[in-house]
Amino acid sequence: MLKNTSKIRKITVAASIASSFLLSGFAVQAADKEPIKIGVMLPYSGVYAGLGEAATNGLKQAIRENGNKIAGRPVEFLLSDTEAKPARAPELTSAMTDKDKADFVIGPVHSGVAMGMIKSIRGKDSIMIIPNAGINAATGAFCQPNVFRTSFSSWQTAYPMGAEAVNMGYKKVVTMSWNYGFGKESLAAFEESFEAAGGDVVKKIFIPFPKTEFQSYLTEIASIKPDAVFVFFAGGGSVKFVKDYEAMGLKDKIPLIGSGFLTEGTIEAQGEAAEGLLTTLHYADSLDNPKNKTFRSQYQELYGKPADLYAVQGYDAGQLVIQAVEATSGNTADKDALIKAMESAQIDSPRGKFHFSKAHNPIQNIYLRKVENGENVVVKTAASSLDDPARGCKL
Amino acid sequence: MDLSLFLVQLLNGVQYGLLLFLIASGLTLVFGVMGILNLAHGSMYMIGAYLVYYFTTVTDSFFLAVVIACAIAMIIGIIIERFLITHLYQRDHLDQVLLTVGLIFIFNAAQGFIWGNDPLGVDVPSILSSSIQLTDIVEYPVYRLFISVVCIAIAVAMYYVINHTKLGMMIRAGESNREMVEALGVDIRKLFTIVFAVGVTLSALAGIVSAPIVSLVPGMGERVLISCFVVVVIGGMGSIKGAFVAALLVGIVDTFASVLLPGMSSMTIYLLMAMILIFKPQGLYKS
Repeated sequence: MLKNTSKIRKITVAASIASSFLLSGFAVQAADKEPIKIGVMLPYSGVYAGLGEAATNGLKQAIRENGNKIAGRPVEFLLSDTEAKPARAPELTSAMTDKDKADFVIGPVHSGVAMGMIKSIRGKDSIMIIPNAGINAATGAFCQPNVFRTSFSSWQTAYPMGAEAVNMGYKKVVTMSWNYGFGKESLAAFEESFEAAGGDVVKKIFIPFPKTEFQSYLTEIASIKPDAVFVFFAGGGSVKFVKDYEAMGLKDKIPLIGSGFLTEGTIEAQGEAAEGLLTTLHYADSLDNPKNKTFRSQYQELYGKPADLYAVQGYDAGQLVIQAVEATSGNTADKDALIKAMESAQIDSPRGKFHFSKAHNPIQNIYLRKVENGENVVVKTAASSLDDPARGCKL
Repeated sequence: MDLSLFLVQLLNGVQYGLLLFLIASGLTLVFGVMGILNLAHGSMYMIGAYLVYYFTTVTDSFFLAVVIACAIAMIIGIIIERFLITHLYQRDHLDQVLLTVGLIFIFNAAQGFIWGNDPLGVDVPSILSSSIQLTDIVEYPVYRLFISVVCIAIAVAMYYVINHTKLGMMIRAGESNREMVEALGVDIRKLFTIVFAVGVTLSALAGIVSAPIVSLVPGMGERVLISCFVVVVIGGMGSIKGAFVAALLVGIVDTFASVLLPGMSSMTIYLLMAMILIFKPQGLYKS
């Protein structure tokens, strides 16, 4: 009996060796090297599912363009659905860092989840790369040596609009947003530069998240008659806000300006109502540079739909991993060397080149964009190489 | 707040309240007559909105799309009642909750599968896309007034059917004593199918008419469900009249609270609900 079993085992071993030779040369080569483990913590269900999918697509595209290998090592993705629920974040993150021993953890989309993840990843061996969540504290008061961000801080996306608004001749502005972190940070950043340039925020309206019954607030705005209205809204809420604003007849009388998320991924649903809106953001689909053009056509070919901002940010997270691992010749055990490599990385992003601040946030251009014929068209660079103030960060 | 501003805000409140009534009426009707707590009520609101989006793009006519979407919603209602709800009449509310929560997941998955997760929008039909000048700067969209007219028409129609027709008589009888109605030879099964289908269609209709002024996003049904329950609980579970009064109350209170008490506006309607329940534990109009 014993003899028989060992014979069977031998046969199985022989068969598996034979079959691995039959596979592509790549598989054989890869088999002798440990894969680089990239944990991906993004929402794949719920309201943010589309964003999670786009970021994952972008990330995979970057790895694919590198031949599915980094410094000769294969790449293994560990996908985990955060459902955009902050309460689940610490547990999922610990599973990535302790159980799966992921080299990198890429995520999340949602700022609340980001804070949960940062708490759990502090002092661990995995390196976190945030491909969206813009909460200032992630590269501010809560910044960590092993946490990087390839997207933006809320502050960056709204600050340049303050000076632009004064340039456009607006003196009296009403600001409005949902009463939550991203909205409050965007409004504060706008106010900071707007008032520094001599403007006056006459009223701040915060409405409960995720309320989308805007009529009473719009009526109030009409009675105040400001020179312009600055808002932060995103996703479905921004579609409704922009349509309601036009339907109340305010659009032509009181110009509407905002952080770029107002018209990001929502223009089609907003239709006519979005035409002419001015917003600031670190990217625009129509950005005219060769990197953006090749990125977008590749993405279209791979996934059969146009790339968006979230795909770009995921793509850059992939580029950052590639640069860091190649700089250390594939040695992912030395985390300090990896972090050093990431700190000095120069990312050739579809949004334009950027590098990282001391707090690990991109130092990047912010563009002033105008909606023309259903597209965000870049009017000019509102701020070049803008660095987030990283308030409270001791790195 | 001067008078003209006050009146515009009052109009906002009434208009929001009427829409809340349209959403809540189906829920309270189904509960009142059949004793079924349909948590998937909000999902039908979502399905209605997505159906009208789809058929507007296919047929190029909003009004044709409304008719098709209503018809499909009614068929979905009949199927759910005939094949699923029918097994639960003898069981308690917990089983109904389990089933209808399951339906929420199914509808959400179907929505994601068919229409994806990006926000979508429906254009206001051009015949209703103009605005009326109210004050020097505020215009009021005609479409919002149209929605109010639809809601009032539905309320009047429900009042007439329930109080002045044979079907309404059976509904009222079914509400007060189900066994007796059956003993008198009324086919209660058929009545239940009709009531459930109508309830579901009312919810879908609310989604349909509000589609041009909301954004179509995953989870829009669950958000509606909460305000819907507030209205039904304040009005008294199962009371249509109660739902009408409560919806207007909630609409007006919410509108004025958001302007006068901006810091507290998210809790005012719940405070209102708590206050009313302290003095009237069964809601304003006990069914």
